[in-house]
Amino acid sequence: MALTIKEVEHVAQLARLNLTEEEKIKFTEQLSSILNYADTLKAIPTEGIEPLTHILPINNVFREDQPGPSMDREEILANAPLAEDYQYKVPKIM
Amino acid sequence: MELHELTVHELQELLAGGKTSSEEIVKSLLARIDAVEGEVKSFITLTGEQALDKARRVDAKGNYQGIAGIPMGLKDNICTRGIKTTCGSRMLADFVPPYESTVSSRLDQHDSILMGKLNMDEFAMGSSTENSAFFPTRNPWDLTKVPGGSSGGSAAAVAAGQIPFSLGSDTGGSIRQPAAYCGVVGMKPTYGRVSRWGVVAYASSLDQVGVLSKDVRDNAMIMQIIAGHDPLDSNCVSLAVPDYTAGLDGSVKGMRIAYPREYFGAGVDESIRVLIMQALKKYEELGAIVEEVSLPHSEYALPAYYLVGPAEASANLACFDGVRFGYRDQTAENVVDMFSLTRAHGFGDEVKRRIMLGTYALSSGYYDAYYLKALKVRRLIAEDFAKVFNDYDIIAAPTTPTTAFALGEQSGDLLTIYMNDILTVPVNMAGLPGMSIPCGFAGGLPVGMQIIGKAFDEATIYKAAYAFEQNTDFHTIKPQLGVK
Amino acid sequence: MSTGYEVVVGLEVHAELKTQTKIFCSCSTAFGAEPNRQTCPICSGFPGMLPVLNRHVVELAIRAGLALNCEIPPMCKFDRKNYFYPDLPHGYQVSQFDFPVCKRGYVDIDVKGQKKRVGVTRAHMEEDAGKLVHQGDITTTPFSLVDLNRSGMPLLEIVSEPDMRSAQEARAYLEKLRSMLLFAGVSDCKMQEGSLRCDANVSVRPFGQQEYGTRCEIKNLNSFRALERAIEYEAKRHMEALEDGIEIIQETRTWDEEKQVTRSMRSKEEAHDYRYFPEPDLPPLFISREWVDEVRAALPEMPEQAQQRLAEVYGLPDYDAAFLTLTPETLDFFDRCMQDYPDAKTISNWMMGEFSRLLNQNNLEIGDSRLTPDHLVQMLRLVDDGTISGKMAKTVFEEMFNSGQKPQEVIKEKGLVQISDADTLQPLIEDIVKANPKVVEDYKSGKGKAMGFFVGQIMKATKGQANPALVNELLKKTLDDI
Repeated sequence: MALTIKEVEHVAQLARLNLTEEEKIKFTEQLSSILNYADTLKAIPTEGIEPLTHILPINNVFREDQPGPSMDREEILANAPLAEDYQYKVPKIM
Repeated sequence: MELHELTVHELQELLAGGKTSSEEIVKSLLARIDAVEGEVKSFITLTGEQALDKARRVDAKGNYQGIAGIPMGLKDNICTRGIKTTCGSRMLADFVPPYESTVSSRLDQHDSILMGKLNMDEFAMGSSTENSAFFPTRNPWDLTKVPGGSSGGSAAAVAAGQIPFSLGSDTGGSIRQPAAYCGVVGMKPTYGRVSRWGVVAYASSLDQVGVLSKDVRDNAMIMQIIAGHDPLDSNCVSLAVPDYTAGLDGSVKGMRIAYPREYFGAGVDESIRVLIMQALKKYEELGAIVEEVSLPHSEYALPAYYLVGPAEASANLACFDGVRFGYRDQTAENVVDMFSLTRAHGFGDEVKRRIMLGTYALSSGYYDAYYLKALKVRRLIAEDFAKVFNDYDIIAAPTTPTTAFALGEQSGDLLTIYMNDILTVPVNMAGLPGMSIPCGFAGGLPVGMQIIGKAFDEATIYKAAYAFEQNTDFHTIKPQLGVK
Repeated sequence: MSTGYEVVVGLEVHAELKTQTKIFCSCSTAFGAEPNRQTCPICSGFPGMLPVLNRHVVELAIRAGLALNCEIPPMCKFDRKNYFYPDLPHGYQVSQFDFPVCKRGYVDIDVKGQKKRVGVTRAHMEEDAGKLVHQGDITTTPFSLVDLNRSGMPLLEIVSEPDMRSAQEARAYLEKLRSMLLFAGVSDCKMQEGSLRCDANVSVRPFGQQEYGTRCEIKNLNSFRALERAIEYEAKRHMEALEDGIEIIQETRTWDEEKQVTRSMRSKEEAHDYRYFPEPDLPPLFISREWVDEVRAALPEMPEQAQQRLAEVYGLPDYDAAFLTLTPETLDFFDRCMQDYPDAKTISNWMMGEFSRLLNQNNLEIGDSRLTPDHLVQMLRLVDDGTISGKMAKTVFEEMFNSGQKPQEVIKEKGLVQISDADTLQPLIEDIVKANPKVVEDYKSGKGKAMGFFVGQIMKATKGQANPALVNELLKKTLDDI
C-alpha cells in the first residue's frame, strides 16, 4: 500500500508530529514499504475469526472504592517543564 | 575466578559462607565496569555511590537471604524513584520518576543492589540498541557488532560481567534476541505473569518484563521474585507462582519437544539451523521426544505485530506532550505547536515511524483492514500454538535468523531490521513464555536456542533449559573482553 | 416564522458518579480541593502507570441503567478515545465505544399534561478530563493552567434518542433524568458544580420528512433555562438558514449566556478521528444476571413509584406528588413527617409553601436546612391543640427555619403562645368595644365590616396572639349583650 505525502501529513497531524519536508518524503517511502509488507495479511482468510483483543482469559478485575493518598502536588509538579500556582502552565490554546 | 565472573548462585554461596561481602562484590563490579564500559557502553546511568551505600547496609544486616547483597541492573524503561529513567530517549533525558516500578521494588525489598540503568532502543523500539538517543551499546563478543535490542544494555552488561543479572523488557523479542546475540540466558514470561506497573509502556498487550542472566538457575531464581500478582496491574494474574528452581534436576526424560518447520526456513542462517538441530539431538539423547510440527501462520506474525504494536504504542506515547514532564519545546506560541514540536524533537525516527504507522492503522477507513485484521491474525497465531501444545510440552527453535550484525550494517533497511524479530514476535503475539539460551557459536558469535512454553508453564521451560545447559558447556564460555 | 419545520433534539448528559475515589485510581473525588491536590501519577498520565477499575463505578452505572429502564448486556469493555488536549493527560480518554454498560432505556416525561416516552440509546462509563483555566477568554489568553483534580473522575454518559421535539420537552427530559439519577443515588447532579453536564444536538427538518436535517452540537449549557433558550435559538437559526437557502454546517457550537446566542467553536483543526480501539490495560467486564438482580433489588424507590405511592396511600394530588418527588431529600422529609403525623395534605402544603419559599430565598437545599421533620410535626401539633394560632404558625416556622430551634423553644422565647384564656381576653374586648361606639352602631345596623374591625383591633392589641375563634365568640357575645 503506497502512501501519498498528503496521507503522511494527515497522519502526522493526527499524531501531533511536526515533520520537515525532507522527513515527509522519507517517511512516506518508509511507511509505504512497511504497509506493503503488512498487506501480506490480506492473503489470509479471516471470515468468522474473532479479533484477539485481550490475550488473557480474565475479566472483572476491580479495586474497592477506598480512598488512598494522592501524591503531594509539589512532588508531582517537580517534573513539570513549566508550572504556576500549582498548575501545569501551557501556551495558549488557539 | 574474579567476582565479576560469578553467577548469582555462586555469589550467594560466597556471601552465605562469609567468604565475601556485598561491598566487595559491588567494588569488584564497579572496577569491571570501569575497565570495560568505555568499550561496551551498557549503562545510561551508573549508581555506584548508592550501590555501595546499600551494600554496606546489607552487610551490616548480615543476613544474606536469597539475593540480598547481589547487584543487578535495570533496563532504562523501568521506573526507579529518584533515579533518572530515560527510556533511551531525548524526551525523557532528565525525567526522574516520583514512583518505583513493582518489579524493581520487589528486587529492592529482597535487598538486591541496583548498579545502574541500562541502555536500550528508544522506547523499546528496535533490535540493535542503535536507536538509543544517546549512544549505541556494543556486543562484548565483538565490539563492532550490535548487542541486539531493545534490551541491548541489559544483555551486554551481563555478558560483559558488569552485573550478574538484569531486567529487560520484551515486546517482540527484546529480551530473547539480545540474549541470543550476547550469549546469555534471557526469559520473557507469559503475558500477565509479571507486573508492568512502573514500566514505560510500548505495546500494552505485548510488553513483559523478564530476566537476563548468566545461567538458567539464576534466571529461575530472579523470575521467582519478580513474578506474581500485582493489584496495580489489572492484567497481572493472581495465579500462584510455582517454585521455578524445584524442577531443575537436569531431567527431560519423556518430555515432548516440538520444533516448527517454519522456523527453520531459508531466512535462517544455515549455521544456526545446524546448531539448533544439534541441540535437538542432544535433547533426544537425554530422553526427550523430539518431533517436527507446523505453525502455519508463522510468517504473518511479523506483519501483524507491526500493526498491533505500533497501534497501541501510538496511544501509549501520546502522554509525551510536553505538558507535565519530560522535554518541552520552548519556542511554540500555542499548544498545538508545542505538542508537535515537542514530539518532533523529543522522539527519534523509529519512534515517529511506529507512532505514525499505528495512527494510520487505527484511523478512520483503515481500522478494519489493518488493526482489526491484525487482531484476527493474532488469534490464528495463538491457535496455532495452542494446537501444538495439546500434544507437546515445549517448542524449540532458533531465537534469531542470524548472529549479531555489525553496527550500522542494517541502517536504513527497515524491513531487514524488522526481520531480526521474525522468530520471537509470534511468542508475544500469542502471549506465551519464551526463553533464549546459548547453544553454540557461529563465526565466533553466540547463537541462541529459543524454548517456548505453554501459558504460565515457565517451570517446564526452566526445566528443559537447565537440562540442556547442564549437559553442554556453552554457558561457561565468556567473551574475551578487557583481556589485554 | 417557523411552522412547516419541526425541531429534533437529542441530549447527551454526563453525570459524575458519586464514588469516593476516581475511576482508575484511589485519589479522592471530593469537590472543591485546591489545584492538583487530588492527583497521582495514574490520573496525571505519567509513564508506566496503569488503570485499575473502581468496582463501585460499575455498580452505580448498572444502578443508573436500571433506573433508566435500560438493558444491561452481559459483556462490556473499555476503549481508548484518542485525541490531544492539555487537560487530557494520557492523550486518550478511557471510555466505552461499541460495548457500553447500558443500552435501550427510556425516560417518561410530561409537558403540560402531554406524556411522552423519550428513548435512552445508551449509557457508558468514562473518565473525566482535567480542567483548563484561562486568564480571561479562551480565545485571547496568552497561556492556560491545567488542574488535574478532575482528571479520572468517573462519569456516566447518557445519550438520548433524538426523540424530543421542543425545547420544553428537552427541559422536561433533563429534569426528569436528573430526578431519576438523584433518586437512584448515583450522582449529586449539581449543574453548578459540574456533576451534571448537558450537551444538546439540535437539527430541524420539514414536517413529514423522514431524513434528519444537519445537526449541531451545543455545549456550555449550565442551567435548565440555558438549555431551553439555546435550543430555541438554535432551532430558529436553522429554520432561518433553511428559509434563506443557506446550508447549515455540521459543527459544535457554544452557548453564550451573556449574549443569548450560540457561537461556532470551529477552529482551524479538522474534525476529530478518535481512532477508538479496545483498552488493552483493562480486562472486559462480564456482568452476571445475579449481579444485575442484586442491584435491581437494592434500587431505591424511583420518582414515578413514589408519586404513585403518594397518590394511593395519601390521596395527594398530582401536583403535590410531583413536587414532593423532585428530590429524594424532599421525599424523605415528607415521609419522615408522615411517620408521626396523619395529615399528608397539611405537610405537603407547608413544604410546597413556606418551606420552599424560605429555602429558595436563602439559596438552600432541603438537606442544608436546620428545620427537621420533627420540628414541623411538633409545630403542627401545637396548632392543632390550640397552643398557637394558625396565623402564628407562619412566624414560628420561619423562626425555626432560621434558628434551628424546636417550636416550643421558639414560642417560649418569642412569647408567641396563643391567648386562649377568656379572662385575659374579655377585658381587652370590652375596652376596645367601649372605645369605639360608632363601630358598635355599625355592628348593630348590620354592617359586616364592623366585626372584622374589632377582631383586627383585638389582634393588634394582643400582637396577634389572641385565639381567633375565642375572640370571635367572646366578641359576638359582648356586642350582642350591649
